[in-house]
Amino acid sequence: MLRRPHYIALGLVVLLTLIILNLPSRTAARFKLGIGSVFLPLFGLASSAHQLAVAAGDTVMPRSELLKQLENVRQENQQLRIQAMQTEGAFRENTRLRQLLGWQRQTPWKLKLAKVVLREPSNWWRTVQIDLGSRDGLQVNQPVLTAEGLVGRVSSVGLTRSQVLLLGDPDCRVSAQVENEAHDSGIIGASGPLNSEFVQMGYLSGNASLKPGQSVRTSGNGGIYPPNIPIGTVVDSQTVEYGLATAARVKLAANLNALEEVWVMFR
Amino acid sequence: MNWLNTLFILVTAFLAVFWEAAFNGVRHLIGTQIDLLPPLMVYASLCTGITTVAMLAILGGLWFDCLSANPLGVSVLPLFFIGLVIHIKRDLILRNEAFAQLVLGLAASAAAPVMTLLLVLTTHHTPLIGWGTLWQISLMSVGGAIATPLSFALFGWLNRTLVHHRATETSFRADREIRRGR
Repeated sequence: MLRRPHYIALGLVVLLTLIILNLPSRTAARFKLGIGSVFLPLFGLASSAHQLAVAAGDTVMPRSELLKQLENVRQENQQLRIQAMQTEGAFRENTRLRQLLGWQRQTPWKLKLAKVVLREPSNWWRTVQIDLGSRDGLQVNQPVLTAEGLVGRVSSVGLTRSQVLLLGDPDCRVSAQVENEAHDSGIIGASGPLNSEFVQMGYLSGNASLKPGQSVRTSGNGGIYPPNIPIGTVVDSQTVEYGLATAARVKLAANLNALEEVWVMFR
Repeated sequence: MNWLNTLFILVTAFLAVFWEAAFNGVRHLIGTQIDLLPPLMVYASLCTGITTVAMLAILGGLWFDCLSANPLGVSVLPLFFIGLVIHIKRDLILRNEAFAQLVLGLAASAAAPVMTLLLVLTTHHTPLIGWGTLWQISLMSVGGAIATPLSFALFGWLNRTLVHHRATETSFRADREIRRGR
């Protein structure tokens, strides 16, 4: 049976919850960052523990294996250098031709490496937290990617860490284009709650000619993501809305379950 | 009220929230992150006062929400509601029985995400839900059910080891002993 202390506690908790839930979004975000800062000492502990585990792994790795890996990395580095030289030539040519045609000049992407420090503790959002914040020049809506492809965008920024909305979260929508003859465009939306490898691509026209394996990239529409960032590949498609539209399932290029380091894109 | 016990519970809640966000072993293994706050709430509501229950709901809920994309404060009310219901009925519960702890942990771990999701939906947010959510909640319930007796064992050990228990006076008095004779 409810007694007086129960009523008092219930009243206080309900009142406090209502006040917090009705705070203006900016104030609530500041509160979140303020409360979240109590976890700062644990970030250091967790990264130290991780480094310790890595160091322990390194000590048991045989020297021959390390030399083999080093040789592989050297070869890969040389290949990438040659590719970079070639790309630089193509970029210069592209800039010159754009200048001749009077098109807007393309600027190379400025990227900053960030470590993923925390993942979403609840199961109904897809977010991670990274170790870059406003003191590193981060702003809301900056695209985040890995070497494999697009990961998401920055959704809120604190002083030393920021939250990144991952692809597949209902709030992370991306205007995308399929690499086929028709250049079919659509919107990358939410994924299922269980499988974060696949996302839905909707708003495609009813006669879109999609085939499994076709590449999907950002279209550049919407103002957040620059064009031509790889998103993934088409797995299958089906007509929806009585044949008026097509929806496709896209396998993401980046593995969102194993994110450790990501690149934040600066304009 | 035993404040050291309250402190243990709050520190454990703090570490549990951080563990849920920082370590993904369980998530990689079963595809779902287990929430450890409902099992802690079961322990707090059965073994401590209503103040500790309220503090755990407020602090645990706020810590959880600040590391999550949840609207701030949305996890507080479900946790407190679970704690309050168990606290009111605790005289009828065999709290030392592992089976009772297991069942309470199962129910609390199922109720907490459902109530939180309902609250999130009322705040005009669109969480990622579908048929797969039922599977996730089932796994969270089983995980919470297993964690509840473990939390009782952990806090029992902490209490025995670190909390000073006042020696209780025995009611035996030698001068009042009934001597048996033939």
